[in-house]
Amino acid sequence: MSEINNQNNKTPWERVAGNGLLSRRHLLGLSLAGATGLIGSRVLAADASRVEIPQWSKRPGRDPSAYGSPSGFAQDVRRLAGNPNATLPGSGVSRTPLHLLQGNITPNSLHFERHHAGVPDIDPAQHQLLIHGLVRQPLRFRYEDLLAYPMQSRIHFLECSGNSGANTSPQAGDSSAAAIHGLLSCAEWTGVKLSTLLEEAGIAEGASWVTSTGADGASMGRSIPLNKALRDVFIALYQNGEPIRPEQGYPMRLFVPGWEGNVSVKWLTQIKLSDAPANFRDETSRYTDLLPDGRALQFTFPMGVKSLITSPSGQMQLRRQGLHEITGVAWSGSAAIRRVEVSADGGRSWADAHLEGTGQDLALTRFRLPWLWEGGPAVLQSRAIDAAGNVQPTRQQFQEIYSPANRFHYNAIQSWSVSEAGEVKNVYA
Amino acid sequence: MFTPDLRVAVCLLSLLSWAIPGQAAQSTPNLGQAVSEEQLQGLDLIVMPNGNGLPEGSGSAVQGQVLYEQQCESCHGAQGEGSPGVPALVGGSTTDTPPLMTVGSYWPYATTVYDYIRRAMPPTAPKSLSDDEVYQVVAYVLQLNGLITETFELNRNTLPAVVMPNRNGFIDRSQVQQVRP
Repeated sequence: MSEINNQNNKTPWERVAGNGLLSRRHLLGLSLAGATGLIGSRVLAADASRVEIPQWSKRPGRDPSAYGSPSGFAQDVRRLAGNPNATLPGSGVSRTPLHLLQGNITPNSLHFERHHAGVPDIDPAQHQLLIHGLVRQPLRFRYEDLLAYPMQSRIHFLECSGNSGANTSPQAGDSSAAAIHGLLSCAEWTGVKLSTLLEEAGIAEGASWVTSTGADGASMGRSIPLNKALRDVFIALYQNGEPIRPEQGYPMRLFVPGWEGNVSVKWLTQIKLSDAPANFRDETSRYTDLLPDGRALQFTFPMGVKSLITSPSGQMQLRRQGLHEITGVAWSGSAAIRRVEVSADGGRSWADAHLEGTGQDLALTRFRLPWLWEGGPAVLQSRAIDAAGNVQPTRQQFQEIYSPANRFHYNAIQSWSVSEAGEVKNVYA
Repeated sequence: MFTPDLRVAVCLLSLLSWAIPGQAAQSTPNLGQAVSEEQLQGLDLIVMPNGNGLPEGSGSAVQGQVLYEQQCESCHGAQGEGSPGVPALVGGSTTDTPPLMTVGSYWPYATTVYDYIRRAMPPTAPKSLSDDEVYQVVAYVLQLNGLITETFELNRNTLPAVVMPNRNGFIDRSQVQQVRP
């Protein structure tokens, strides 16, 4: 499908799809002379001033500190936090600034938040984890006890079931990638396998579900099937190497890889085995997916295969024509990401993006593809495919399945339009 | 790494642990402290659809109206119609345009209303209502939806028997874990 475009017989750009998508392979081997050849008209005027040694190179800097913080010049890299909720104190979200981050790992201070009754201040010395119900021996664990258990570290994404729900509304809002998709983060989580603790308590005959309850004001509860709990669920004590943050459940949270974030119950204090789901409010009234006929899908746990371009993305401004890198993240709650395709012409033609990362199950995968913007209008899209063969749907395909009112589990292809003036906007294409 | 001899010993030990009833699990430090279900009754707020977990006590809608007006009405409205940012509790339909999903039109189990109010409501003081008061408020919300009469006594036996209109409105996808619809 690829073709060599020798626009002026000097520049060996290999166009891999329409509207300027380029082969990354050729770009990497390209000489600087070749690159400037094509965009020569955009070369900046020469600056003849002397290059001086900066002031900060002429004096000692700050002392080491006990706990680091970002540069004062990078203070715009922050979560998008909503206003305090007057009727439901502490309930709300803050969103990860996906468009300002790189790589696959979300720093702890920027991991998204969703709380139903605020963040409790829990003294770990007084916190207890109770395991009971259909077990041979109900058990109580202290935080200090769990620190002594064999642990595992896993890199996993976490996504709120309501993430990207803004794009289910009839008109596309003029929003940033963070505002639409920022209820998504990825971290290395370390903790104790739930199966280890269940083995210690002894699973009684008839147990088929696990209910988990947090120690927050809402005592948020969720039910998951026992077979998932025994497969890969763990009790996370560390987040990117340090004790998990209060807003992520300090001193401990359940972590349920690949599944809607709400089941990874924070401030975990109670695990009860049962022969049926509890049908908590947050698995009946909420987090269920309404269908056009008025019925609803319940316990739709795995997050769908999904991707989005984080740069260029909504509300950004392209300031020059020429070479840009299209980059973004892809993930699936069912498997590793196998492939991400990118389009610059609204889905008429696609090219495979380069994937970065280990191809790890249920983790974010960064993708990249060079793009030559020559000043024309474009619609940028990405489409992810996971190792189980799931393909990210178009918005129309998603909308055909669900009620227009359903805002959960939205995983359709994101379209960003680029105007001739370089303005990037959220659109439905 | 284990030496081969140690590996054999570990294998034998783990086989023994399954073979001998009451033997402690071998892959854990066994630091869990035994507790009894009785000790956990104050902590465990889970109410199952079959009524399991419902406490003693009772309440009616007549009693619940007083409490509702004091504790719930300012946010959920006099008739359970809700307010900006606060869900409606009464009426609606999942097939309206737009759909209105309330306790009456959407919630599949009356037990969930008890479970949720007892653990999470009112938001400024969750778990402040007594078990009887929760029965009363649940009764009033059900009565506003026309599901029980004003004097019907809700208790651990009668509450699970209240059949919610949308009881059969959910499709269980819990064992479908690979491909979304």
